[in-house]
Amino acid sequence: MIQVIVFYLFATLVIASGVMTIASRNPVHSVLWLILAFFNAAGLFLLIGAEFLAFLLVIVYVGAVAVLFLFVVMMLDVDFAELRAGISRYWPLGVGLAAVLLFEMLAAVLAYNAGGIALQGGTAPIAEGSSNIVALGELLYTRYLFIFEAAGLVLLVAMVGAIVLTRRKRSDVRPQNISQQVRRRPQDAVVNTQPEVGQGVEL
Amino acid sequence: MIGLGHYLAVGAILFVLGVFGIFLNRKNVIVILMAIELILLSVNINLVAFSAFRADMVGQVFAMFVLTVAAAEAAIGLAILVIYFRNRGTIAVDDINQMKG
Repeated sequence: MIQVIVFYLFATLVIASGVMTIASRNPVHSVLWLILAFFNAAGLFLLIGAEFLAFLLVIVYVGAVAVLFLFVVMMLDVDFAELRAGISRYWPLGVGLAAVLLFEMLAAVLAYNAGGIALQGGTAPIAEGSSNIVALGELLYTRYLFIFEAAGLVLLVAMVGAIVLTRRKRSDVRPQNISQQVRRRPQDAVVNTQPEVGQGVEL
Repeated sequence: MIGLGHYLAVGAILFVLGVFGIFLNRKNVIVILMAIELILLSVNINLVAFSAFRADMVGQVFAMFVLTVAAAEAAIGLAILVIYFRNRGTIAVDDINQMKG
């Protein structure tokens, strides 16, 4: 019984915070609602036995992505009221499209419940008695090892790309130029002179 | 009792909310990116629900990859947003026509 109550609690909260994410006037509030949505989705995952993904959702999304959003929203000095000007024009189209999509998906679920298409047996059945994290790790580091490495590569490329995109050449500072420093030789930099008494040194 | 259909319904509603959010906030790129995150979250809910109810681990592995790609997408999208704002002083999507696409 308690599973049903908790499921409906999490489901209601995730949907409500999704609504508030897209409907908030202030993007900072949107980000905070998004965080609540992710927390509740993590609860849904926990309920179904996918603990590792629940933790990942909290760590990656709430800890990294949402904070990134928050940074950008607070850093950019944007007039958000002006950006909301066209909403009254757009929303009928959006509602129509959303209704069509929802109808299609519910039709698919109903068809699935009515018998659906015969699916073949699972490719990686969950072993009895092993925990979620163990099962996921055994699969990730054996059969899906190369895809796992590719996912790491995707993250690396994203990191490098984000740094390259946002790096800015500034003209008002003098950064260290390492290749110039390494190229410098003593004969270019040091001169021995023996000036006369009372004479200066020509540099 | 909670079944697969319940989870799929939550996923469907979240997906539709994300699509609706893109249309509702057509000018504000930040909220559009958040709506895309909602869509990817709904996809993850579907994958994990199928994985659990069909007792097959592959769904969770794929949900992890979706999570990875979503994080990378958010980072790149926000970086593009920052340089766009630096160049133009606004993030209104309607004005993005520099490439004459």
